[in-house]
Amino acid sequence: MIILFSAILVDNFVLSKFLGICSFLGVSKSLKTAMGMSGAVILVMLASTALTWPVQYFILNPLHLAYLQTLVFILVIAALVQMIEMVMKKTMPPLYNALGIFLPLITTNCAVLGVTILNITKSYSFSSSMINALGGGLGYTLSLFLFSGVRSKIDKMDVPEKLKGLPITLIAASLVSVSFFGFKGLVENLFS
Amino acid sequence: MKENVSDKTYKDPEERKEELREQKSSLHVLLDGILFENPVLCQVLGTCPLLAITTSAKNAFFMGLAVIFVQIGSEVIISMVRKAIPDKVRIPAFITIIAGFVTIVQMLVSAYLPALNDSLGIYIPLIVVNCIVLARAEAFASKNKVVTSFFDGLGMGVGYMIALLLMGSVREILGNGTFFGLDLLGSFQQFLQHYTILGMDLSPFGNQLQPMMFFILPPGGFFVFGILICFAQIFMKKLNRKRGKKNTETAEMGHCGACGSCTACSGSEGGKV
Repeated sequence: MIILFSAILVDNFVLSKFLGICSFLGVSKSLKTAMGMSGAVILVMLASTALTWPVQYFILNPLHLAYLQTLVFILVIAALVQMIEMVMKKTMPPLYNALGIFLPLITTNCAVLGVTILNITKSYSFSSSMINALGGGLGYTLSLFLFSGVRSKIDKMDVPEKLKGLPITLIAASLVSVSFFGFKGLVENLFS
Repeated sequence: MKENVSDKTYKDPEERKEELREQKSSLHVLLDGILFENPVLCQVLGTCPLLAITTSAKNAFFMGLAVIFVQIGSEVIISMVRKAIPDKVRIPAFITIIAGFVTIVQMLVSAYLPALNDSLGIYIPLIVVNCIVLARAEAFASKNKVVTSFFDGLGMGVGYMIALLLMGSVREILGNGTFFGLDLLGSFQQFLQHYTILGMDLSPFGNQLQPMMFFILPPGGFFVFGILICFAQIFMKKLNRKRGKKNTETAEMGHCGACGSCTACSGSEGGKV
């Protein structure tokens, strides 16, 4: 529980760890794409954690190949994304239509590789790794959801000429990130 | 410098220098990377580590070095083997090459600079998914000769490092009152204690100065980056007006800002193994 809530609110992947900023800025233009992307991110995060954790502990560690971690993980994730895409296309066409175009984007999303590596460096057990991945995905969703709302407001507003486009978006992101600081003490107060 | 130049075999350094002086294309490529197509400020690539590790100028410097190394290494290798890689599997192949170089960096850093390893932490392995490296591999190294690819890698890497250093310096000076670990704020306060301006004692004013924590924290990162891009766009517009029409489109590309999608567009077709 603690891991879940802190991953969603306090250590939010996008706003405090800066993972997945690229896709965050790219897809937050409309609510619909934002939802599609975050759905795909949750799915891939969970699946890749489920796969990379055993790989690390049952293959790399016994063989003393821990230094190949980065290489192996990125390949596992890339292969996994491809596989999910193919399976989804065959078995669940409606879901594929909703999430499909976002899947290839995810391979280069640092949040996914980030969460798998963080799970190992923090030496979480398998179950807490999964919870951390879930929390990371949900946190990503939350921030994307909030931010796409903010962004649609900005579009309608009168922004100074020089700040139009990316600069104002980043400044807005900074304010959203400030608001997440409000959750800082939450986890300690709730659970201990 | 596209494919119409016949693909020469590898040259020894002397000849390469000759070539550099003759055809300015390599120099142009280098300058493009640093200035006109600066990966961060014009193409808005690789923002994740940019925001995360620029809390101090020192971190920014070492991260820049790591990226330069990976960028040059992977671009050179990729452009060497570009004919051997089938088109369909090129993205996974590129990622593997890049991951190899990142692993080397990781091992070097953890062996020789363990303190740095702690502060950069997870962001070193994350160079693998740094969009700059993959994007340049795809857009440049897979189409160009080894030498030009080397300069492109160098230019992009140095351009990235400059952006990192700018961010890192601003955030460290404002947020912590230090620069590369030098205590700027402290010496400023001492300066005010020893000297008076127009007979006024300014030391109470100096003592009240506090570093602005905001800039070290994540929101400050977004904020500084936003302002920096704003300045870069203004600067680019002026520069382009001077240079005439060349590169006008790159300055306007700053608005696209969808870095992940650029790489993934190519990824979606090439990734289907």
